[in-house]
Amino acid sequence: MSALLEAIDLRREYVVRSKRGPFGAKSVLRAVDGVSFTIAPGRTLGLVGESGCGKSTTGKLALGLIPATSGEVRCEDAPMPPPGSAAWRALRQRLQMVYQDPLGALDRRLPIGRQIAEPLAIHGIGAAAEQRERAFSAMRDVGLQSHQFDRYPHELSGGQRQRVVLARALITEPRLLVCDEPISALDVSIQAQVVNLLLDLQDRLGIAYLFISHDLRVVRQVSHEVAVMYLGRIVEQGEAESLFAAPAHPYTRALVSAIPTTGPKRERLLLQGDPPNPVDVPTGCAFHTRCPFATEQCRRETPVLKPLGLSNDLDRRVACHRVHEPALQVAA
Amino acid sequence: MAAPLVAIEGLTVDFSAGSRAVDGVDLQVAPGEALGIVGESGSGKSVTWLAALGLLPAKARIGGSVTLDGQELVGAPRRTLEAVRGKRIAMIFQDPSSCLNPVHRIGWQLGEALALHRGLDRRAATAESLRLFDQVGIADARRRLDDFPHQLSGGLNQRVMIAMALAGLPDLLVADEPTTALDATIQAQILALLGGIRRDTGMAMVLISHDLGVVSENVDRVAVMYAGRLVEEAPGADLFAAARHPYTQGLLAALPELTGPRRRLVAIPGTVPEPGNMPTGCRFAPRCPIADPQCAIAAPPSRRVGPMHRANCHRTIDAGGSVWALPKAAE
Repeated sequence: MSALLEAIDLRREYVVRSKRGPFGAKSVLRAVDGVSFTIAPGRTLGLVGESGCGKSTTGKLALGLIPATSGEVRCEDAPMPPPGSAAWRALRQRLQMVYQDPLGALDRRLPIGRQIAEPLAIHGIGAAAEQRERAFSAMRDVGLQSHQFDRYPHELSGGQRQRVVLARALITEPRLLVCDEPISALDVSIQAQVVNLLLDLQDRLGIAYLFISHDLRVVRQVSHEVAVMYLGRIVEQGEAESLFAAPAHPYTRALVSAIPTTGPKRERLLLQGDPPNPVDVPTGCAFHTRCPFATEQCRRETPVLKPLGLSNDLDRRVACHRVHEPALQVAA
Repeated sequence: MAAPLVAIEGLTVDFSAGSRAVDGVDLQVAPGEALGIVGESGSGKSVTWLAALGLLPAKARIGGSVTLDGQELVGAPRRTLEAVRGKRIAMIFQDPSSCLNPVHRIGWQLGEALALHRGLDRRAATAESLRLFDQVGIADARRRLDDFPHQLSGGLNQRVMIAMALAGLPDLLVADEPTTALDATIQAQILALLGGIRRDTGMAMVLISHDLGVVSENVDRVAVMYAGRLVEEAPGADLFAAARHPYTQGLLAALPELTGPRRRLVAIPGTVPEPGNMPTGCRFAPRCPIADPQCAIAAPPSRRVGPMHRANCHRTIDAGGSVWALPKAAE
């Protein structure tokens, strides 16, 4: 299957001052450090990790919203045009973004119908009457009612605002939606509404998602494939159900076991300490400072993402030196 | 239940005329007990406890009764409340860094709490600070006392807040979304820490959270709130295995599973009512799949549906069944 979007060895570095003051020494923060993935049409890749792991930066790099330090993004087997160019802007109709905070993403002084139709005006699609018609149709798609066309964002609930943001992203008929924590600001009962809506839209319109979230439950619910990030790198990647049922990387195992459940209690792998400062990433495996299984080799050599060879999940790849150790074998 | 530590009876909170944020809440916390309060935004779960401690702005009108060991707190003079707040009942909040003073070293802030609640002098306060930091698992405590809040991570700041809350040796800790701003692995650390402290000190805890999983794993008893009212109250295991109120059942069904086959989520239709525009009768009725005409007329009674298990609902729901599995509930 040909890829809709392919990211190859993406890197994004920021120069920051590690000491305070204007004369502090400069150092390099590697927000994203060699991330590769592919997204097939109509499929969902979930990107999970804790704050500061580079998952949002990866999402923005994938759309060219921020320039990559190195690496390449290919869209439908062609290199992505330089960001800002006319060709890139035309391509952006087909690659859209949805952010966490719907109120921040909407203009408070513009009726929502106008905002939903705005991408059509920007891309010069159709006459005013057609734009209006398509806005109504996009509102129906996301479960908004036509009488809400002239409402302002503050007159809507949080869930309805996120529907407005989705309608606006969908109106240009995109092939890929990058969703950055799209439901984290919503209440539990409303989260379920939006999750169901995203899945329905995928069924009906064949949209692919890059779904970025810290919420493992929701990521499992919507994703076909999941990539787990830690300090700018993907440490484990594989089929969603298999990855959560039998995580292989010690970090993924800690992350999965940290999720509180309402069911029977499970064994918990409690990590010591905080994630390291991203400016001062540990040598070797970045996780070795918190990993209960780390050895001398982990302190020295950075592990690469390698196939694990699981019979039930052929695509599972893990970046860990110790993954084949007996202590780390997944309990069946 | 033995004599409760804290008893809330018929608590009401009005912010402005016709906008009642908390409407007749009855709750009890036994000594040493861990009670979870679950609800979505606007359910009144935080306001209930802010009102109990007299922490709401002056325009809020509070009715009903809140007693601590029989002593009335609603309308109590400032002096009485000051002897309770931080000393007998401590509170921690969602965002630790905004609760700490950014311009003072954390050792100074902790020392202030110790001087206020325990009357310790500086030397004794430093020794006690080191002990508290050790208790909340802050490594290298002596050096950390000289740090400012911005030098610490979110997880460490929450540990500092917990240390400050423990400074008065409280009988009850009210933890309002204590881990919501933290990453999953740090959340697990903080919840394990709170559990350990409760085991060591016998302190009671009220854990307020929107996260059913967090509550399920860390409390003995759970109260579910919706739109300012209590809808269900039960021991944790009973509530999560056999919820009886349609709202609680809906909340549980809206939560994606972490294991097993993926199923379509149940989405409770509609939204939480706005404070100035509450439905008459049962406030959940407009979103409820089994609401009948009487639900729109009268507020539902609190009914006993099992040992220590109460649900506020007009309809009788069989144990084990979910109203959201009925054909009518399908979207």
